[in-house]
Amino acid sequence: MRLTCPLCGPRDRREFYYYGSDDYLNRPAEGDGPQAWDAYLHLRDNPAGITHDLWYHDMGCSSWLRVTRNTVTHEIHAVDAVAAPAKGGAK
Amino acid sequence: MRYSGFKVIKEGLFGNKGWKPAWRDPAPKAEYDAIIIGGGGHGLSTAYYLARNHGLTNIAVLEKGYLGSGNIGRNTTIVRANYFLQGNSEFYSHSMKLWEGLESELNYNVMHSQRGLINLFHSDGQRDAFARRGNMMVNQGDDAILLDREGVREHLPYLDFEQTRFPIYGGLLHPRGGTARHDAVAWGYARGADRRGVDLIQNCEVTGIDIENGRVTGVQTTRGAIRAKKVGMVVAGRSSQVAAMAGMRLPIESHILQAFVTEGLKPVIDHVISFGMGHFYISQSDKGGLVFGGDLDFYASYASRGNLPMVEHVMEAGMTLMPMIGRAKVLRSWGGIMDMSPDGSPIIDKTHIDGLFVDCGWNYGGFKAVPASGWCMAHLMATGESHPVAARFKLNRFETGHILDEEGTGSQHNLH
Ligand SMILES: Cc1cc2nc3c(=O)[nH]c(=O)nc-3n(C[C@H](O)[C@H](O)[C@H](O)COP(=O)(O)OP(=O)(O)OC[C@H]3O[C@@H](n4cnc5c(N)ncnc54)[C@H](O)[C@@H]3O)c2cc1C
Ligand SMILES: [Zn+2]
Repeated sequence: MRLTCPLCGPRDRREFYYYGSDDYLNRPAEGDGPQAWDAYLHLRDNPAGITHDLWYHDMGCSSWLRVTRNTVTHEIHAVDAVAAPAKGGAK
Repeated sequence: MRYSGFKVIKEGLFGNKGWKPAWRDPAPKAEYDAIIIGGGGHGLSTAYYLARNHGLTNIAVLEKGYLGSGNIGRNTTIVRANYFLQGNSEFYSHSMKLWEGLESELNYNVMHSQRGLINLFHSDGQRDAFARRGNMMVNQGDDAILLDREGVREHLPYLDFEQTRFPIYGGLLHPRGGTARHDAVAWGYARGADRRGVDLIQNCEVTGIDIENGRVTGVQTTRGAIRAKKVGMVVAGRSSQVAAMAGMRLPIESHILQAFVTEGLKPVIDHVISFGMGHFYISQSDKGGLVFGGDLDFYASYASRGNLPMVEHVMEAGMTLMPMIGRAKVLRSWGGIMDMSPDGSPIIDKTHIDGLFVDCGWNYGGFKAVPASGWCMAHLMATGESHPVAARFKLNRFETGHILDEEGTGSQHNLH
Protein backbone atom coordinates (compact mmCIF):
# COMPACT_ATOMS: atom_id res chain seq x y z
CA MET A 1 0.00 0.00 0.00
CA ARG A 2 1.23 3.49 -0.85
CA LEU A 3 -0.01 6.87 0.31
CA THR A 4 0.51 10.01 -1.74
CA CYS A 5 1.57 12.65 0.73
CA PRO A 6 0.56 16.12 -0.52
CA LEU A 7 4.05 17.38 0.30
CA CYS A 8 6.29 14.39 -0.41
CA GLY A 9 4.48 12.47 -3.14
CA PRO A 10 3.81 8.73 -3.29
CA ARG A 11 5.50 6.92 -0.43
CA ASP A 12 5.59 3.43 1.01
CA ARG A 13 3.10 2.64 3.76
CA ARG A 14 6.00 1.98 6.13
CA GLU A 15 6.84 5.68 6.27
CA PHE A 16 3.53 6.42 7.96
CA TYR A 17 2.13 5.90 11.42
CA TYR A 18 -1.58 5.07 11.65
CA TYR A 19 -3.36 6.79 14.51
CA GLY A 20 -7.04 6.00 14.03
CA SER A 21 -10.32 7.37 12.77
CA ASP A 22 -10.61 11.08 12.04
CA ASP A 23 -13.03 11.26 14.96
CA TYR A 24 -9.86 12.38 16.72
CA LEU A 25 -10.20 15.73 14.93
CA ASN A 26 -13.44 16.51 16.76
CA ARG A 27 -12.16 17.06 20.23
CA PRO A 28 -14.92 17.73 22.77
CA ALA A 29 -15.24 21.26 24.09
CA GLU A 30 -14.10 22.19 27.55
CA GLY A 31 -16.75 21.14 30.04
CA ASP A 32 -18.24 18.42 27.86
CA GLY A 33 -19.22 15.35 29.87
CA PRO A 34 -17.83 11.81 29.89
CA GLN A 35 -20.15 10.72 27.09
CA ALA A 36 -18.58 13.19 24.67
CA TRP A 37 -15.09 12.04 25.64
CA ASP A 38 -16.10 8.41 25.32
CA ALA A 39 -17.42 9.03 21.82
CA TYR A 40 -14.28 10.93 20.88
CA LEU A 41 -11.76 8.42 22.21
CA HIS A 42 -13.46 5.05 21.92
CA LEU A 43 -16.67 4.78 19.90
CA ARG A 44 -16.19 4.25 16.18
CA ASP A 45 -18.34 3.87 13.06
CA ASN A 46 -15.74 1.34 11.90
CA PRO A 47 -17.13 1.16 8.36
CA ALA A 48 -16.55 -1.72 5.95
CA GLY A 49 -16.01 0.57 2.98
CA ILE A 50 -15.01 4.22 2.74
CA THR A 51 -13.37 5.58 5.86
CA HIS A 52 -11.44 8.69 6.90
CA ASP A 53 -8.50 8.22 9.18
CA LEU A 54 -5.43 10.00 10.47
CA TRP A 55 -1.91 9.07 9.47
CA TYR A 56 1.33 10.77 10.44
CA HIS A 57 4.16 11.04 7.91
CA ASP A 58 6.70 9.86 10.44
CA MET A 59 9.63 9.20 8.12
CA GLY A 60 8.82 12.09 5.80
CA CYS A 61 7.59 15.62 6.33
CA SER A 62 5.98 15.03 9.76
CA SER A 63 2.56 16.13 8.51
CA TRP A 64 -0.66 14.80 9.95
CA LEU A 65 -2.75 13.52 7.07
CA ARG A 66 -6.41 12.75 6.66
CA VAL A 67 -6.69 9.72 4.40
CA THR A 68 -9.87 8.73 2.59
CA ARG A 69 -9.66 5.05 1.73
CA ASN A 70 -11.60 1.84 1.37
CA THR A 71 -11.18 -0.63 4.24
CA VAL A 72 -12.37 -3.54 2.10
CA THR A 73 -10.21 -3.04 -1.02
CA HIS A 74 -7.33 -0.98 0.48
CA GLU A 75 -7.83 1.62 -2.29
CA ILE A 76 -6.67 5.12 -1.36
CA HIS A 77 -9.02 7.85 -2.60
CA ALA A 78 -7.51 11.01 -1.14
CA VAL A 79 -4.78 12.19 1.18
CA ASP A 80 -5.12 15.69 2.60
CA ALA A 81 -3.02 17.57 5.08
CA VAL A 82 -4.96 18.10 8.30
CA ALA A 83 -3.39 21.52 8.67
CA ALA A 84 -4.18 22.66 5.12
CA PRO A 85 -3.59 26.43 5.04
CA ALA A 86 -6.64 26.86 2.79
CA LYS A 87 -8.77 25.42 5.58
CA GLY A 88 -7.49 27.95 8.06
CA GLY A 89 -4.64 26.05 9.66
CA ALA A 90 -4.59 23.35 12.26
CA LYS A 91 -7.82 22.65 14.06
CA MET B 1 -24.12 -40.80 17.47
CA ARG B 2 -21.40 -41.14 20.09
CA TYR B 3 -17.85 -41.14 18.81
CA SER B 4 -15.40 -43.64 20.28
CA GLY B 5 -12.33 -45.65 19.37
CA PHE B 6 -14.58 -48.70 19.04
CA LYS B 7 -16.79 -46.83 16.56
CA VAL B 8 -13.79 -45.81 14.45
CA ILE B 9 -12.60 -49.42 14.23
CA LYS B 10 -16.07 -50.74 13.44
CA GLU B 11 -16.65 -48.16 10.70
CA GLY B 12 -13.18 -48.85 9.32
CA LEU B 13 -14.05 -52.51 8.96
CA PHE B 14 -17.38 -51.89 7.22
CA GLY B 15 -16.46 -49.24 4.66
CA ASN B 16 -17.23 -46.18 6.78
CA LYS B 17 -20.85 -46.30 5.66
CA GLY B 18 -22.39 -45.72 9.06
CA TRP B 19 -21.22 -42.14 9.72
CA LYS B 20 -23.95 -39.53 9.82
CA PRO B 21 -23.68 -35.75 9.36
CA ALA B 22 -22.46 -34.20 12.61
CA TRP B 23 -25.37 -31.75 12.68
CA ARG B 24 -28.71 -31.17 10.95
CA ASP B 25 -29.37 -28.48 8.35
CA PRO B 26 -32.73 -27.11 9.51
CA ALA B 27 -34.78 -24.36 7.88
CA PRO B 28 -35.29 -21.37 10.17
CA LYS B 29 -38.47 -21.40 12.26
CA ALA B 30 -40.63 -18.29 12.51
CA GLU B 31 -39.75 -17.78 16.16
CA TYR B 32 -37.19 -18.88 18.76
CA ASP B 33 -36.71 -18.15 22.44
CA ALA B 34 -33.25 -16.81 21.66
CA ILE B 35 -31.13 -16.11 18.60
CA ILE B 36 -27.36 -16.00 18.41
CA ILE B 37 -26.00 -14.00 15.47
CA GLY B 38 -22.68 -15.49 14.32
CA GLY B 39 -21.59 -19.12 13.99
CA GLY B 40 -17.98 -18.71 15.05
CA GLY B 41 -16.42 -20.21 18.14
CA HIS B 42 -18.11 -17.80 20.53
CA GLY B 43 -21.58 -18.02 18.96
CA LEU B 44 -21.52 -21.82 18.92
CA SER B 45 -20.24 -22.13 22.49
CA THR B 46 -22.88 -19.63 23.65
CA ALA B 47 -25.59 -21.76 22.06
CA TYR B 48 -24.12 -24.92 23.53
CA TYR B 49 -24.03 -23.57 27.09
CA LEU B 50 -27.49 -21.96 26.79
CA ALA B 51 -28.78 -25.47 26.12
CA ARG B 52 -26.51 -27.32 28.52
CA ASN B 53 -26.44 -25.01 31.54
CA HIS B 54 -29.76 -23.24 31.23
CA GLY B 55 -32.04 -25.71 29.44
CA LEU B 56 -32.79 -23.26 26.65
CA THR B 57 -33.07 -25.41 23.54
CA ASN B 58 -35.53 -23.53 21.36
CA ILE B 59 -32.71 -21.37 20.03
CA ALA B 60 -30.93 -20.76 16.74
CA VAL B 61 -27.46 -19.75 15.62
CA LEU B 62 -27.60 -17.67 12.43
CA GLU B 63 -24.43 -17.73 10.36
CA LYS B 64 -24.02 -15.76 7.15
CA GLY B 65 -21.52 -18.20 5.62
CA TYR B 66 -20.73 -21.68 6.85
CA LEU B 67 -20.01 -22.62 10.45
CA GLY B 68 -16.46 -21.80 11.36
CA SER B 69 -15.79 -19.66 8.28
CA GLY B 70 -14.56 -16.71 10.34
CA ASN B 71 -11.67 -16.25 12.75
CA ILE B 72 -12.35 -19.49 14.56
CA GLY B 73 -10.83 -21.27 11.55
CA ARG B 74 -8.07 -18.71 10.93
CA ASN B 75 -6.22 -18.33 14.21
CA THR B 76 -2.88 -19.62 15.41
CA THR B 77 -4.66 -21.74 18.07
CA ILE B 78 -2.81 -20.66 21.19
CA VAL B 79 -4.61 -21.47 24.43
CA ARG B 80 -3.24 -19.89 27.61
CA ALA B 81 -4.23 -18.39 30.95
CA ASN B 82 -1.42 -15.93 31.61
CA TYR B 83 -3.29 -12.71 32.23
CA PHE B 84 -2.26 -10.19 34.81
CA LEU B 85 -5.21 -7.95 35.60
CA GLN B 86 -8.02 -8.95 37.87
CA GLY B 87 -11.07 -9.05 35.66
CA ASN B 88 -9.13 -10.83 32.93
CA SER B 89 -7.23 -13.43 34.94
CA GLU B 90 -10.22 -15.13 36.56
CA PHE B 91 -11.99 -15.27 33.21
CA TYR B 92 -9.11 -16.92 31.33
CA SER B 93 -8.49 -19.19 34.29
CA HIS B 94 -12.10 -20.35 34.05
CA SER B 95 -11.66 -20.85 30.32
CA MET B 96 -8.55 -22.98 30.85
CA LYS B 97 -10.45 -25.28 33.20
CA LEU B 98 -13.19 -25.68 30.62
CA TRP B 99 -10.57 -26.48 27.96
CA GLU B 100 -9.14 -29.18 30.16
CA GLY B 101 -12.47 -31.02 30.24
CA LEU B 102 -13.66 -30.05 26.78
CA GLU B 103 -13.01 -33.25 24.85
CA SER B 104 -14.95 -35.50 27.19
CA GLU B 105 -17.61 -32.81 27.62
CA LEU B 106 -18.16 -32.58 23.86
CA ASN B 107 -17.26 -36.19 22.99
CA TYR B 108 -15.08 -34.62 20.32
CA ASN B 109 -11.35 -34.63 19.76
CA VAL B 110 -10.33 -30.96 19.72
CA MET B 111 -6.66 -31.98 19.90
CA HIS B 112 -6.06 -29.84 22.96
CA SER B 113 -2.34 -30.11 23.60
CA GLN B 114 -0.89 -28.59 26.76
CA ARG B 115 2.62 -28.52 25.39
CA GLY B 116 3.72 -25.50 27.43
CA LEU B 117 4.00 -21.86 26.44
CA ILE B 118 7.27 -19.95 26.88
CA ASN B 119 7.27 -16.15 26.67
CA LEU B 120 10.85 -14.99 26.27
CA PHE B 121 12.27 -11.86 27.86
CA HIS B 122 15.28 -9.87 26.79
CA SER B 123 16.01 -7.25 29.44
CA ASP B 124 15.97 -6.77 33.22
CA GLY B 125 12.82 -4.73 32.98
CA GLN B 126 11.06 -7.38 30.97
CA ARG B 127 12.17 -10.03 33.46
CA ASP B 128 10.65 -8.06 36.32
CA ALA B 129 7.41 -7.65 34.40
CA PHE B 130 7.24 -11.37 33.67
CA ALA B 131 8.07 -12.31 37.26
CA ARG B 132 5.19 -10.12 38.36
CA ARG B 133 2.88 -11.63 35.79
CA GLY B 134 3.96 -15.13 36.84
CA ASN B 135 3.13 -14.34 40.46
CA MET B 136 -0.30 -13.10 39.46
CA MET B 137 -0.90 -16.29 37.49
CA VAL B 138 0.10 -18.41 40.47
CA ASN B 139 -2.10 -16.34 42.78
CA GLN B 140 -4.97 -16.93 40.41
CA GLY B 141 -4.40 -20.68 40.82
CA ASP B 142 -2.74 -21.24 37.46
CA ASP B 143 0.82 -22.24 36.76
CA ALA B 144 3.92 -20.23 35.89
CA ILE B 145 7.64 -20.93 36.18
CA LEU B 146 10.30 -18.28 35.68
CA LEU B 147 13.19 -19.73 33.67
CA ASP B 148 16.63 -18.20 33.46
CA ARG B 149 18.65 -18.38 30.27
CA GLU B 150 19.94 -21.88 31.00
CA GLY B 151 16.45 -23.00 31.87
CA VAL B 152 15.24 -21.78 28.50
CA ARG B 153 18.17 -23.48 26.79
CA GLU B 154 17.10 -26.84 28.24
CA HIS B 155 13.70 -26.51 26.61
CA LEU B 156 14.65 -24.63 23.46
CA PRO B 157 18.27 -25.37 22.59
CA TYR B 158 17.80 -24.16 19.01
CA LEU B 159 17.20 -20.49 19.78
CA ASP B 160 19.90 -18.00 18.85
CA PHE B 161 21.26 -17.36 22.34
CA GLU B 162 24.46 -15.74 21.13
CA GLN B 163 23.00 -12.73 19.37
CA THR B 164 23.89 -9.40 20.92
CA ARG B 165 20.97 -7.31 19.71
CA PHE B 166 18.19 -9.08 21.63
CA PRO B 167 19.93 -11.40 24.11
CA ILE B 168 17.65 -13.98 25.70
CA TYR B 169 17.57 -13.42 29.46
CA GLY B 170 15.03 -16.13 30.18
CA GLY B 171 11.38 -16.97 29.78
CA LEU B 172 8.11 -17.40 31.61
CA LEU B 173 6.96 -21.00 31.22
CA HIS B 174 3.23 -21.63 31.45
CA PRO B 175 3.06 -25.44 31.41
CA ARG B 176 -0.71 -25.64 30.95
CA GLY B 177 -0.59 -23.38 27.92
CA GLY B 178 -0.62 -24.93 24.46
CA THR B 179 -2.73 -25.28 21.36
CA ALA B 180 -5.92 -26.93 20.07
CA ARG B 181 -7.32 -27.73 16.65
CA HIS B 182 -9.32 -24.59 15.86
CA ASP B 183 -11.89 -26.02 13.43
CA ALA B 184 -12.54 -28.95 15.72
CA VAL B 185 -13.52 -26.55 18.49
CA ALA B 186 -16.19 -25.01 16.27
CA TRP B 187 -17.33 -28.42 15.02
CA GLY B 188 -17.39 -29.93 18.50
CA TYR B 189 -19.54 -27.14 19.91
CA ALA B 190 -21.74 -27.16 16.81
CA ARG B 191 -22.39 -30.88 17.13
CA GLY B 192 -22.95 -30.59 20.86
CA ALA B 193 -25.44 -27.73 20.43
CA ASP B 194 -27.25 -29.51 17.59
CA ARG B 195 -27.60 -32.66 19.68
CA ARG B 196 -29.28 -30.62 22.38
CA GLY B 197 -31.80 -29.29 19.88
CA VAL B 198 -30.24 -25.99 18.82
CA ASP B 199 -30.92 -25.06 15.16
CA LEU B 200 -27.69 -24.14 13.37
CA ILE B 201 -28.72 -22.12 10.33
CA GLN B 202 -26.03 -21.45 7.75
CA ASN B 203 -26.08 -19.11 4.76
CA CYS B 204 -28.35 -16.88 6.78
CA GLU B 205 -27.08 -13.34 7.08
CA VAL B 206 -28.71 -11.02 9.57
CA THR B 207 -29.58 -7.79 7.76
CA GLY B 208 -31.63 -5.99 10.39
CA ILE B 209 -32.54 -6.06 14.06
CA ASP B 210 -36.16 -5.40 14.94
CA ILE B 211 -36.76 -3.20 17.95
CA GLU B 212 -40.10 -2.05 19.34
CA ASN B 213 -40.38 0.35 22.27
CA GLY B 214 -36.81 -0.29 23.34
CA ARG B 215 -37.20 -4.08 23.22
CA VAL B 216 -35.72 -6.43 20.66
CA THR B 217 -38.39 -8.47 18.87
CA GLY B 218 -36.39 -10.38 16.26
CA VAL B 219 -34.12 -10.10 13.26
CA GLN B 220 -34.37 -9.70 9.50
CA THR B 221 -32.27 -12.17 7.54
CA THR B 222 -31.55 -13.24 3.98
CA ARG B 223 -33.81 -16.21 4.79
CA GLY B 224 -36.68 -14.12 6.09
CA ALA B 225 -37.71 -12.52 9.36
CA ILE B 226 -37.23 -14.51 12.57
CA ARG B 227 -38.78 -13.45 15.88
CA ALA B 228 -37.07 -13.76 19.24
CA LYS B 229 -37.22 -11.90 22.55
CA LYS B 230 -33.52 -12.40 23.15
CA VAL B 231 -30.79 -11.78 20.59
CA GLY B 232 -27.04 -12.10 21.10
CA MET B 233 -24.63 -10.38 18.71
CA VAL B 234 -21.52 -12.59 18.55
CA VAL B 235 -19.91 -11.62 15.27
CA ALA B 236 -16.28 -10.74 16.13
CA GLY B 237 -14.79 -8.55 13.35
CA ARG B 238 -18.26 -7.63 12.06
CA SER B 239 -19.55 -6.39 15.41
CA SER B 240 -19.75 -2.74 14.38
CA GLN B 241 -21.92 -3.51 11.34
CA VAL B 242 -24.35 -5.70 13.25
CA ALA B 243 -24.58 -3.31 16.21
CA ALA B 244 -25.26 -0.48 13.76
CA MET B 245 -28.44 -2.38 12.77
CA ALA B 246 -29.60 -1.64 16.31
CA GLY B 247 -28.49 1.97 16.07
CA MET B 248 -25.44 1.39 18.25
CA ARG B 249 -21.87 2.58 17.90
CA LEU B 250 -19.36 0.25 19.56
CA PRO B 251 -15.89 0.97 20.95
CA ILE B 252 -14.45 -1.33 18.28
CA GLU B 253 -12.19 -0.90 15.30
CA SER B 254 -11.61 -3.83 12.93
CA HIS B 255 -8.02 -4.69 12.04
CA ILE B 256 -6.26 -7.43 10.11
CA LEU B 257 -4.04 -9.98 11.77
CA GLN B 258 -2.01 -12.26 9.51
CA ALA B 259 -0.77 -15.78 10.11
CA PHE B 260 1.58 -18.10 8.25
CA VAL B 261 2.19 -21.81 7.92
CA THR B 262 5.12 -23.68 6.42
CA GLU B 263 5.33 -27.02 4.68
CA GLY B 264 5.08 -30.00 7.03
CA LEU B 265 8.28 -30.85 8.90
CA LYS B 266 9.29 -33.55 11.33
CA PRO B 267 8.65 -32.61 14.98
CA VAL B 268 11.06 -29.81 15.81
CA ILE B 269 9.26 -27.25 17.96
CA ASP B 270 7.59 -28.82 20.98
CA HIS B 271 6.27 -25.69 22.72
CA VAL B 272 4.47 -22.51 21.91
CA ILE B 273 7.12 -19.80 21.93
CA SER B 274 6.78 -16.06 21.86
CA PHE B 275 9.60 -13.62 21.21
CA GLY B 276 9.63 -10.65 23.57
CA MET B 277 11.24 -8.31 21.05
CA GLY B 278 9.25 -7.67 17.95
CA HIS B 279 6.01 -9.53 18.03
CA PHE B 280 6.49 -13.14 16.90
CA TYR B 281 5.02 -16.42 18.14
CA ILE B 282 5.30 -19.92 16.80
CA SER B 283 4.20 -23.50 17.34
CA GLN B 284 4.16 -26.65 15.23
CA SER B 285 0.86 -28.13 14.15
CA ASP B 286 0.05 -31.81 14.36
CA LYS B 287 0.47 -31.99 10.58
CA GLY B 288 4.01 -30.67 11.02
CA GLY B 289 3.60 -27.16 9.65
CA LEU B 290 5.18 -24.32 11.60
CA VAL B 291 2.34 -21.96 12.47
CA PHE B 292 3.40 -18.44 13.27
CA GLY B 293 2.32 -14.84 13.36
CA GLY B 294 3.08 -11.38 14.65
CA ASP B 295 1.43 -8.01 14.99
CA LEU B 296 -1.61 -6.46 13.38
CA ASP B 297 -1.17 -4.66 10.09
CA PHE B 298 -1.99 -1.62 12.27
CA TYR B 299 -4.61 0.16 10.16
CA ALA B 300 -8.36 -0.47 10.14
CA SER B 301 -9.23 -3.05 7.48
CA TYR B 302 -11.83 -5.59 6.44
CA ALA B 303 -9.77 -6.99 3.57
CA SER B 304 -9.18 -10.48 5.08
CA ARG B 305 -5.70 -10.32 3.64
CA GLY B 306 -2.62 -8.57 4.87
CA ASN B 307 0.03 -6.27 3.52
CA LEU B 308 3.67 -7.03 2.84
CA PRO B 309 5.47 -4.90 5.46
CA MET B 310 4.10 -7.07 8.25
CA VAL B 311 5.04 -10.21 6.34
CA GLU B 312 8.59 -8.95 6.20
CA HIS B 313 8.60 -7.98 9.87
CA VAL B 314 7.31 -11.37 11.01
CA MET B 315 9.87 -13.25 8.90
CA GLU B 316 12.67 -11.05 10.23
CA ALA B 317 11.63 -11.60 13.83
CA GLY B 318 11.44 -15.36 13.29
CA MET B 319 14.87 -15.47 11.71
CA THR B 320 16.33 -13.39 14.53
CA LEU B 321 14.99 -15.73 17.15
CA MET B 322 15.51 -19.14 15.54
CA PRO B 323 17.56 -19.05 12.36
CA MET B 324 17.01 -22.79 11.90
CA ILE B 325 13.55 -22.20 10.43
CA GLY B 326 14.98 -20.19 7.54
CA ARG B 327 15.01 -23.15 5.18
CA ALA B 328 11.36 -24.00 5.70
CA LYS B 329 9.11 -22.88 2.87
CA VAL B 330 6.03 -20.86 3.72
CA LEU B 331 3.00 -22.59 2.26
CA ARG B 332 0.24 -20.15 2.99
CA SER B 333 -0.52 -16.89 4.70
CA TRP B 334 -3.90 -15.38 5.43
CA GLY B 335 -5.60 -12.70 7.47
CA GLY B 336 -8.57 -12.46 9.79
CA ILE B 337 -10.67 -9.48 10.81
CA MET B 338 -10.10 -8.67 14.46
CA ASP B 339 -12.54 -6.80 16.68
CA MET B 340 -10.08 -4.51 18.47
CA SER B 341 -11.27 -2.76 21.63
CA PRO B 342 -9.61 0.38 23.05
CA ASP B 343 -8.13 -1.49 26.05
CA GLY B 344 -7.51 -4.88 24.46
CA SER B 345 -10.11 -6.62 26.63
CA PRO B 346 -13.47 -8.04 25.58
CA ILE B 347 -17.08 -7.04 26.12
CA ILE B 348 -19.79 -9.44 27.29
CA ASP B 349 -22.76 -7.31 28.29
CA LYS B 350 -26.34 -6.26 27.81
CA THR B 351 -27.08 -3.23 25.69
CA HIS B 352 -29.46 -0.33 26.29
CA ILE B 353 -32.02 -2.29 24.24
CA ASP B 354 -33.95 -4.88 26.28
CA GLY B 355 -33.16 -8.42 25.23
CA LEU B 356 -30.18 -7.44 23.06
CA PHE B 357 -26.76 -8.66 24.19
CA VAL B 358 -23.26 -8.23 22.84
CA ASP B 359 -20.13 -10.38 22.96
CA CYS B 360 -17.18 -8.81 21.13
CA GLY B 361 -13.82 -7.10 21.49
CA TRP B 362 -11.77 -10.30 21.35
CA ASN B 363 -8.81 -8.62 19.74
CA TYR B 364 -6.41 -11.35 18.77
CA GLY B 365 -6.93 -13.47 21.84
CA GLY B 366 -10.41 -14.82 21.40
CA PHE B 367 -9.65 -18.42 20.58
CA LYS B 368 -8.60 -19.41 24.09
CA ALA B 369 -11.67 -17.58 25.34
CA VAL B 370 -14.17 -19.61 23.32
CA PRO B 371 -15.31 -21.90 26.20
CA ALA B 372 -15.58 -19.21 28.90
CA SER B 373 -17.08 -16.61 26.58
CA GLY B 374 -19.87 -19.02 25.63
CA TRP B 375 -20.32 -19.98 29.27
CA CYS B 376 -20.60 -16.34 30.41
CA MET B 377 -22.61 -15.06 27.46
CA ALA B 378 -25.09 -17.91 27.98
CA HIS B 379 -25.30 -17.02 31.68
CA LEU B 380 -25.95 -13.39 30.81
CA MET B 381 -28.59 -14.15 28.18
CA ALA B 382 -30.37 -16.68 30.38
CA THR B 383 -30.30 -14.83 33.71
CA GLY B 384 -29.88 -11.19 32.71
CA GLU B 385 -26.88 -10.92 35.06
CA SER B 386 -23.16 -10.92 34.25
CA HIS B 387 -21.34 -14.08 35.23
CA PRO B 388 -18.92 -13.35 38.11
CA VAL B 389 -15.80 -14.13 36.05
CA ALA B 390 -16.93 -11.80 33.26
CA ALA B 391 -18.32 -9.07 35.48
CA ARG B 392 -15.81 -6.45 34.36
CA PHE B 393 -16.36 -6.90 30.63
CA LYS B 394 -18.84 -4.03 30.59
CA LEU B 395 -19.80 -2.15 27.47
CA ASN B 396 -19.68 1.21 29.26
CA ARG B 397 -16.35 0.72 31.04
CA PHE B 398 -14.61 3.18 28.75
CA GLU B 399 -17.03 5.92 29.68
CA THR B 400 -16.76 5.18 33.40
CA GLY B 401 -12.99 4.73 33.33
CA HIS B 402 -12.94 1.07 34.41
CA ILE B 403 -10.72 -0.06 31.60
CA LEU B 404 -8.79 -3.36 31.56
CA ASP B 405 -5.62 -2.40 29.73
CA GLU B 406 -3.57 -5.57 30.13
CA GLU B 407 -0.59 -4.20 28.22
CA GLY B 408 -0.84 -0.64 29.50
CA THR B 409 -0.67 0.84 26.02
CA GLY B 410 -3.48 3.38 26.24
CA SER B 411 -6.83 3.78 24.56
CA GLN B 412 -5.94 3.31 20.93
CA HIS B 413 -7.62 0.40 19.19
CA ASN B 414 -4.60 -0.90 17.30
CA LEU B 415 -2.12 -0.91 20.17
CA HIS B 416 -3.21 -4.03 22.03
C1 LIG C 1 -4.49 -14.76 12.26
C2 LIG C 1 -5.17 -14.88 13.59
C3 LIG C 1 -4.51 -15.49 14.65
C4 LIG C 1 -5.11 -15.61 15.89
N1 LIG C 1 -4.47 -16.28 16.88
C5 LIG C 1 -5.07 -16.50 18.07
C6 LIG C 1 -4.43 -17.30 19.07
O1 LIG C 1 -3.34 -17.84 18.86
N2 LIG C 1 -5.04 -17.46 20.27
C7 LIG C 1 -6.24 -16.87 20.53
O2 LIG C 1 -6.73 -17.02 21.64
N3 LIG C 1 -6.90 -16.14 19.58
C8 LIG C 1 -6.34 -15.95 18.36
N4 LIG C 1 -6.99 -15.22 17.38
C9 LIG C 1 -8.28 -14.58 17.71
C10 LIG C 1 -9.49 -15.49 17.58
O3 LIG C 1 -9.42 -16.25 16.41
C11 LIG C 1 -10.75 -14.62 17.57
O4 LIG C 1 -10.72 -13.69 18.63
C12 LIG C 1 -12.04 -15.44 17.70
O5 LIG C 1 -12.05 -16.52 16.81
C13 LIG C 1 -13.23 -14.53 17.44
O6 LIG C 1 -14.45 -15.10 17.84
P1 LIG C 1 -15.31 -16.09 16.90
O7 LIG C 1 -14.64 -17.40 16.82
O8 LIG C 1 -16.69 -16.12 17.41
O9 LIG C 1 -15.23 -15.29 15.53
P2 LIG C 1 -15.62 -15.72 13.99
O10 LIG C 1 -15.21 -17.14 13.77
O11 LIG C 1 -15.09 -14.69 13.15
O12 LIG C 1 -17.20 -15.71 14.11
C14 LIG C 1 -18.03 -14.63 13.78
C15 LIG C 1 -19.05 -15.15 12.80
O13 LIG C 1 -20.07 -14.19 12.61
C16 LIG C 1 -20.53 -14.31 11.28
N5 LIG C 1 -21.27 -13.09 10.92
C17 LIG C 1 -20.77 -11.84 10.75
N6 LIG C 1 -21.75 -10.99 10.40
C18 LIG C 1 -22.90 -11.72 10.35
C19 LIG C 1 -24.26 -11.39 10.03
N7 LIG C 1 -24.63 -10.14 9.71
N8 LIG C 1 -25.18 -12.39 10.09
C20 LIG C 1 -24.81 -13.67 10.41
N9 LIG C 1 -23.55 -14.01 10.71
C21 LIG C 1 -22.59 -13.06 10.68
C22 LIG C 1 -19.25 -14.50 10.50
O14 LIG C 1 -19.49 -15.06 9.22
C23 LIG C 1 -18.45 -15.41 11.41
O15 LIG C 1 -18.59 -16.77 11.09
C24 LIG C 1 -6.41 -15.08 16.11
C25 LIG C 1 -7.08 -14.48 15.04
C26 LIG C 1 -6.49 -14.39 13.78
C27 LIG C 1 -7.23 -13.77 12.65
ZN1 LIG D 1 5.06 13.91 3.72
